[in-house]
Amino acid sequence: MFEIGLGHYLSLGAIIFTIGLIGIFLNRKNVIVLLMSIELILLAVNINLVSFSIFINDLSGQIFTLFILTVAAAEAAIGLAIIVVYFRNTGTIRVEEIEKLKG
Amino acid sequence: MIAHAVFFYLFAFIAIVSAIMVTAARNTVHSVFFLILDFISISCLFIMIGAEFLGMIMLIVYVGAVAVLFLFVVMMLNVAQQKNQWFGSSKSSSHIPLGLIVSLIIFFELLIVVGGWKYKPDILNSSSITISENISNTHSIGNILYTDYIHLFQLSGMILLVAMIGAIVLTFRQRAGLKRQSYVKQISRERKDGVKVVDVPNNKGVKIDV
Repeated sequence: MFEIGLGHYLSLGAIIFTIGLIGIFLNRKNVIVLLMSIELILLAVNINLVSFSIFINDLSGQIFTLFILTVAAAEAAIGLAIIVVYFRNTGTIRVEEIEKLKG
Repeated sequence: MIAHAVFFYLFAFIAIVSAIMVTAARNTVHSVFFLILDFISISCLFIMIGAEFLGMIMLIVYVGAVAVLFLFVVMMLNVAQQKNQWFGSSKSSSHIPLGLIVSLIIFFELLIVVGGWKYKPDILNSSSITISENISNTHSIGNILYTDYIHLFQLSGMILLVAMIGAIVLTFRQRAGLKRQSYVKQISRERKDGVKVVDVPNNKGVKIDV
């Protein structure tokens, strides 16, 4: 219980990953919250990589985390730009009203 | 050891609760605030287990840039007060039970993977990049980031550049009827474009306006 090992960190990553996934599946609000859920998922992946890197004593995991951070920042910028353009064109970013593709 | 465990459980509890609040908060601005809290507690965890450079970078990149970007967009689009309707919507609530089931199955699969990790024969150590005790975390990351991973590092810089240009191009809007200063036009203006010498006949005058 008081011996914090790799399993604790991996469980934390799994829990946050699942919360982000539920946020994507059940989102009825706007697309911004969906992007935030994607950020949560990437955060969970980062937790996994860093904890493996520490407990296996291998520095590569932290380098990968750095690259994931870069991609997450780029993805947030592009996603928010798309949301801004969509809102300018249609006036709404509610998930249930976005039905141009008839999906 | 006890203190480490207590701090781990504290930060993990805050992180999980704020992650739930990110998806469940009614107000989008509150979601962004809980996202910031989540990032801060996770970066505290990173610093606690010895990845202090990544913890600080998480603070700078996520809290300083990404979360503020989210806040800007939320304020700009004026969507903060929309009602949260997880289960109230009648039109398209049919996929909610399926989404919950799939999410829970994925969660249990992840837990099984975590549990099965203990019964592996031994941890394979295929890489030679080990964490040294003598130099600091930032120093060792810099040692291999600028030597072994230099191409990937520059490639990530290119990704950021492309993302920046893409965001600018996507949100750029040319408004009609907007007068701008054009240096080229101003500088390349000649005398014959602006001045005209007119011979004024006697007793007739000249019409000035064009």
